[in-house]
This record gives sequence, structure tokens and C-alpha cells, in this order.
Amino acid sequence: MRVLSLAGRRLAASIPTLILILIGVFLLLQLAPGDTVDAMMAQMGGGDATTARQLREFYGLDLSVWAQLGNYLWRLVRLDLGFSAIYGKPVATVIAERLPATILLMTASLSFAFFFGLILGVVAARGVNKWPDTLISTFGLMFYAMPTFWFGLMAIVVFSIYLQWLPAGGFEDITVSYTGLRRTLDIAQHLVLPTLTLGLFYMAIYLRIMRGSMLEVLNLDFVRTARSKGMDETRVVVRHVLRNALLPMVTLIGLQAGTMLGGSVVVESVFSLPGLGRLAYESVIQRDLNTLLGIVFVSALLVIAVNFIVDLLYARLDPRITTGS
Amino acid sequence: MDLVKLYVRSPPAVIGLLLLILVLAMAASADFFYPRDPLALAGRPLIWPFSNPRFLLGTDNSGRDIAAQIFHGARISLLIGGVATVISVMIGITIGALAGYYGSWVDTALMRVTEAFQTLPNFLLLLVLVAVFGSTITTVTVAIGIVSWPASARLTRAEFLSLRNREFVQAGRTLGLKDMRLIFGEILPNALPPVIVYASVVMAIAILLESALAFLKLSDPNVASWGNLIGAGRDVLRVQWYVSAIPGIAILVTVLAVSLVGQGLNDALNPRLKSR
Repeated sequence: MRVLSLAGRRLAASIPTLILILIGVFLLLQLAPGDTVDAMMAQMGGGDATTARQLREFYGLDLSVWAQLGNYLWRLVRLDLGFSAIYGKPVATVIAERLPATILLMTASLSFAFFFGLILGVVAARGVNKWPDTLISTFGLMFYAMPTFWFGLMAIVVFSIYLQWLPAGGFEDITVSYTGLRRTLDIAQHLVLPTLTLGLFYMAIYLRIMRGSMLEVLNLDFVRTARSKGMDETRVVVRHVLRNALLPMVTLIGLQAGTMLGGSVVVESVFSLPGLGRLAYESVIQRDLNTLLGIVFVSALLVIAVNFIVDLLYARLDPRITTGS
Repeated sequence: MDLVKLYVRSPPAVIGLLLLILVLAMAASADFFYPRDPLALAGRPLIWPFSNPRFLLGTDNSGRDIAAQIFHGARISLLIGGVATVISVMIGITIGALAGYYGSWVDTALMRVTEAFQTLPNFLLLLVLVAVFGSTITTVTVAIGIVSWPASARLTRAEFLSLRNREFVQAGRTLGLKDMRLIFGEILPNALPPVIVYASVVMAIAILLESALAFLKLSDPNVASWGNLIGAGRDVLRVQWYVSAIPGIAILVTVLAVSLVGQGLNDALNPRLKSR
């Protein structure tokens, strides 16, 4: 219970941050050349000034910036994100359609990066400055320095065009309509390359942090005690070191949730996945500012949610956090 | 001198320095080897690398020389990376210094803003900025600087928090030095080394951000940027994959060089951590 109340307090503290982001981005978008009505008129193939004025009145765009901001925030409180003129649907619907692909991609990449980063970090730390360490660290550096979208393209060349093992893009096969397990497998197959593309960069970061934090913990007194009790090395690592060394890794997940969401913009574009990131890109190109603002709101919510989970995990790994202060 | 000695003792750091010198040399010699506009048509489109001595790395889908674009692209990448890093670190240092030095409500307010920037996915903010201000090389560079300062602000703030009550600061205060003088003249020089080392990370990320933006065709289309070339090569990926592959390697080498040099500097400045 104490854990929950602590994490809840952190959650409450993020509300001002959220409001700050919304106000900031809203005001920023006021500076954009052209508004929603301009975009709509362009789509309709032009129109006269009276129509434009009526439309502006209808969408409340003739009010002052502050009144518009007030309206927007008030609508947000009622979970109304406004209407997307480009898609002809409420923004909330547009985003809800795109959210599953992004969440799936992020969960898969994060799990992949965390799991392999952990294992490779432990292996590297156990053989520090020997060949496994050198090899793993070199690969880590390579993946860190590689542009993710470039890795994606090269993976398409090798695995989709040359070897023809995996599909080059899309979320599922649209020529056949699978159901149930067959559909799940199909989607999973489509997500292999995007997951690798987004995940390898973060794996490189995680393995470096894990290696460093393992080396730090391995030198602490309680590890020496465990060893002198006659415990074998594997059990020392699994029972005593791992839990302590994991703390920085967990912190990193929270810190990088936002960066990862940003990375999915590029990865979703490479693999033409119908996700939130691609929607963000499309709304920039089409000047669909309402949708763009909605995406900003939803992604900030996502980042805050991830941080909430991280807080819970953290307290579970390190009981001192809840007992202190 | 000790610093140099410590630095050259680590092989990865030396490799990084050599790679960085290579990229710098490419940037410097671009006008000498390829005096023509790198974006001008040079020959038949889609010549494979090493098949025509006139175009060592081949040509892209519209017949522009890839090697020329790589050499000139080195300039753009280093320029955008360098300037964006300076902007980002300057913002970070100012905000971090003020927050760490004054504490109380100044700290709370500034950290709220920092948090807001960290909660919003940086690439998304970059998209918004480019959508609003357009995508010339100047706006892109400034935008990258604006989205990547929070980490250096936090780093500077942490340094200031540990330094602000040291004796030399108190001595300065007793002498009647003004706040600004204390912050920028006394404390900042002592807080700077970790921030400078971190700047290499910022620069690596800035180069990657610009290439991603260019790949999405949202960066300046009128400069020879590596990301632009990868984006163009995407249309002919099926057969002429080299158009995308070559500039990607250039980005990889540059980011690797910057990271290795930063890591080497870090190890040389904190020799105790070296064994890690």
C-alpha cells in the first residue's frame, strides 16, 4: 500500500508537467503557418472567404488564442481531443486506431532490449577485459552509433529482399484475412524486423549500463561475504548481485520511454506500420495540427504511465525506498 | 600532458580520434576533391560503386555523385552536430546553473520545465518545431539544440548543488562578488568538465537526429546531407541498395568516432574509473 501511495504521489506531481507541455505545444502550434481551416479548404479544392469565416467560427478559431487554449483544456478534461479535419473523424478515434501497433512495438522492443541487454551485460562483466567483454562491448558500440532507420533498411535488404524470410513492412498480411492464432503469428512475423530495429539501439545502452553497474556491485562487501561463505559464483550473481545491479537499468527505462516513443516515429515509417509515430509524421506533413496536439497529449500520458510502472518496480526491487522517509 | 598520455593509452580512444580526424579531413577537403555542387547532376543514374573510375562510389537515382555527397555531407553533419551541441549545452548550463545555485522556487520552476521537456518524446517535439518553423538548415539545427538540453541541465545542476556551499564560493561571497560573477566566474569552471564530456553524447545524438529528420524528408533538401541520400536511396532499395548503404556507414563512423573520443576523454579525466 505504501508503495502505491508513493508512486501515486509521483503520478500526481506529473499533472502540472502535463499541463505545462500542453500549453507550451498549443502556443507553439499557434505560430504554425496556416490553420485547420486552411488545410480543409485546400482539401475541398478551395472556397470563398465567407465559408472560411463560417468554418473558423464553427471550430472556434475566431476567438483569441487564450480563449482557444481555455476551450481546448476544458475539452481535454472531458477527454475530448477535438476533430481531425483531415481524417474526418474525432482525433481520439484516429489515435485509438493507431495506438495498438505502437504499444505492441514498444513493449516488444523494450522487452527485447532489456532481456538481452541484461544477459550480455552480465556476460561482459563476468569476463571483464577478456575477449567476450571486448566482443560484446564492440557490438554494443556499433549498434549505438548506427542510425536505427538505416539498420532497418539494411535488414529489409538482407531478410526481406535477399533471403525472403520476413515481410518488408506492414502490420499484417492484408491479402488474406487470418483469425485467431494464425493472425497473431502473422502479426508477430511482421513485427520481428521493426522490433530488432528499434530494440538493438536500446539494447546497446542497457548492456553498457548493466555491465558498469554489475562491476560496481561485484566489488561491494556483501558480495565478498557471500563468496567467503563458499557460495558458487553463479548463485552469487543470481541471488545477490543481479537484484542490486538492476536498479540503474530500471531507472533508465523510465528516462528513455520518451526517446523510444520518438524512435518509433522513424521505425514505423521505415516499415510502414500503422502506428502513432507514423500518424505524427503524417499529421506534420498534412498540417493536421489538432491530431498532432492529440498525439503530444497521448504520448506524454504514455511516458507518465511507464514512469508510474517503473516507480512500482523500483520499490519492489529496493525495499529501502518505501521504508525511508 | 598527463591527460594526453592517459588518453593515448586506451586503444578505442585512439581509434576514435583517428576516425574523427578522417571525417574532419573529408569535411575540409570536400571543396578540393569535389569543387562542383554535390547536388548537381554528374552522370548516368545508378552507376554501381567501383565500376566507373570517375564515380568511385557510384551515382544515386538522379545521377548525382555519391562520393561528392559523402564528402560534402561530412561538413553538414559536423556543422549541424557541432552547432546544435553548443546551443543545447549552453541552454542546459544556464538552466542547470540557475536552478542549482538559487535553489528553492527557481529550482522547482526550472526543473518542472526540464521535466516537461523530458516527458515529451524529443523526436516528436522536433517534428512539431519543424512543422511550425519550417526546415531550413538553421531552423533544424536550432530545433535539435532545443530538444536535447535537459540532460546537460540536470548534470550542471547536480554539480552546482555540490559546489555552491564550498569554501571558495563562501570566500567569494564574503568578498562581495555578485551572483552572476560567482555562478559563471567561480562555480561554472569547476562544474564544467563532466558537462563537456557529456557534450560528446549530445553531439552523437544530434547527428543521429538530423539524419533521421533528413531521412523522413523533413530536413533541408537543399544541402548534401547523408540522411537525405539514405532517404533518396530508399526508392531504389530493392536492387541498388548501395545508395542507402554508403551514407549510413558514414553516419555510423562519425557517431562512433564522437562517442569513442568522448569516452576516452572521460576515462582520461577520471583515471580511477578506467578499470571499469
